[in-house]
Amino acid sequence: MPTLHNAIRSRRFLITWWPWRSLAFVLSTVPVAAAVAVPFGLLAAPWLVLLRKLLTGTADPVVALLLFVAGAVLLAGLGPLAARPLPRLERHRLRLVGDRPLVATGSPWRRLGYAAVMVTAVPVVYSALFVTVLLIGVCLFSPVLVDGGPVSFGVVTIVTAEQAVPYAIGALVAAAGVPYLLALTAAAHAAVARAVLHTASAEALRAELVEVSRSRARLVDAFEAERRRIERDLHDGAQQKLVGLTLQLGLARLDLPDSSPAAGAVTTAHRQAKELMGELRELIHGIRPQLLTDLGLAVALRDLAGQTPIPVRVTADLPRRLPDHVEATAYFVVAESLANMAKHSGATSGTVTASEQAGLLVVEVGDDGHGGADPARGTGLTGLADRAAVAEGRMLLASPPGGPTLIRVELPCPTA
Amino acid sequence: MSDRVNVVLAEDGVLLRAGLAGLLERFGFHVVAAVGDAGELLRAVADRQPDLVVTDIRMPPGFHDEGLRAAVQLRRDNPALAVVALSQYVQHGYAAELLGSGDGRRVGYLLKDRVVDVDDFATALRRVVAGGTVIDPEVVRRLLGRRQDPVARLSPREREVLELIAEGHSNAAIARTLTLSEAAVGKHVGNILAKLDLPPDDNTNRRVLAVLTYLRDQA
Repeated sequence: MPTLHNAIRSRRFLITWWPWRSLAFVLSTVPVAAAVAVPFGLLAAPWLVLLRKLLTGTADPVVALLLFVAGAVLLAGLGPLAARPLPRLERHRLRLVGDRPLVATGSPWRRLGYAAVMVTAVPVVYSALFVTVLLIGVCLFSPVLVDGGPVSFGVVTIVTAEQAVPYAIGALVAAAGVPYLLALTAAAHAAVARAVLHTASAEALRAELVEVSRSRARLVDAFEAERRRIERDLHDGAQQKLVGLTLQLGLARLDLPDSSPAAGAVTTAHRQAKELMGELRELIHGIRPQLLTDLGLAVALRDLAGQTPIPVRVTADLPRRLPDHVEATAYFVVAESLANMAKHSGATSGTVTASEQAGLLVVEVGDDGHGGADPARGTGLTGLADRAAVAEGRMLLASPPGGPTLIRVELPCPTA
Repeated sequence: MSDRVNVVLAEDGVLLRAGLAGLLERFGFHVVAAVGDAGELLRAVADRQPDLVVTDIRMPPGFHDEGLRAAVQLRRDNPALAVVALSQYVQHGYAAELLGSGDGRRVGYLLKDRVVDVDDFATALRRVVAGGTVIDPEVVRRLLGRRQDPVARLSPREREVLELIAEGHSNAAIARTLTLSEAAVGKHVGNILAKLDLPPDDNTNRRVLAVLTYLRDQA
């Protein structure tokens, strides 16, 4: 994962975006720190007054204590509130210097701690950075600047342009270090921010998991909607046109005498178009069976059972249509289970039951075969479990040696 | 067959509707109305009094089984009307419902893809108009492919014969297809009917009942 830490060590660092990202981070810190300083300056006002009194030696012990307590209460009471937007804001800013996402803390004390860093250490470090960069800048331009009068660096004063040249050359070298300085500052700040604001508590992990599973559910829904759309587009568009075309070829063939050279070509074209129709139908079926879309799960399950060479009794009690992805998952799980049953189980009969129980669609596929189905031996059973898991459901398998085999799939289907 | 067969055609796909109309005209059917949904179909049949209705099952507005509903209603109003329904997929319930409407004759249930075999499709339509029953070979193949008790009692040859009966062939046609004598076919048919417990009765079309028995089992 690219982060600023790693990028600094790269030889190509100077020609990457990282120095600019560091600059953006450092510059954006200024308004953030300023925005934090305003409310915290107000909240810490009693302490500032106390500090002033202590420095001037006019502090009355009782007043000093009162001021200290007032400051502490204000900061502890309102500080976390004032710092509330800070973790989220920093979460976004930290993207500038690294791709690792920050799980923003929910703890008020950590927020307060970070705000304290922003109004104490940050101004000091950033000021030092600013002065250093300014110094390098002044040195760099000192041969020009001396025209307007002597340039003084405290201990050294430059009067002539000749004197300024070595400083300018030194500054030129130092200027190459400025991007590193920016990057180091940004990286250090980011490390502190991460250390203070990042949380790995169980609660945050749970929150993250909830978010992940929600986004997965959204993806599954979007994916299913997309499948439906593709199925519909193919069916209403390509398939219809292809049937029309094949029909025309069939009609064209009728009017050609058998002896004509075109007859053979049209016959071949007609046959190929028919094959293509078959392939397209299979393709559409694999995306989302039309029968399922039109008539629902119960009918589609009976159809599946009807296509299985072993007699399969279907008991499907489903008064309402279920969400698309639930129907599709159940359908494909049963299809795969029945195919396995026909191929591997040695069964002479099977059953499929489907019913809705307390917000769950429960589908069971059983047979009277010799059992011994083992997910580890790759009979498509793991795929079934995965399909169920994607729909936030689960699959249970009982298949002792000697049989019988029972596959149970539970899929949540909210009543909404 | 009478010289002119008037047809009402119902299919929601514009392109396919035109193609089907062309096909029907090419084979000497006279398309008196070509419509796009079940409501229009009912009106067109009332207006034009056709001899044959060819309808898609899945049509607007719901894209479920509107065409089938209309077909069944038309058959109820006029059991002599020949109806062929085209289906996207094999659905035993559809076939059984159609066969169960009226006396089970003058009906056809075909997969939509069959229309591209233009000759066979036209022949099937003619058979239905002539009073026959046509069930898609795929439906029959699936039913007979199953190890179900009544079917299990049939010999392979008898299954073949039943399959051809379901497709609407006469004994003579079956004899030609299987290169048997007509007498032999007659014997097979007798065996089939006996094995399926269909008692001799002149008032019912036992051949159709033989097919219907299975379809109802599946529905």
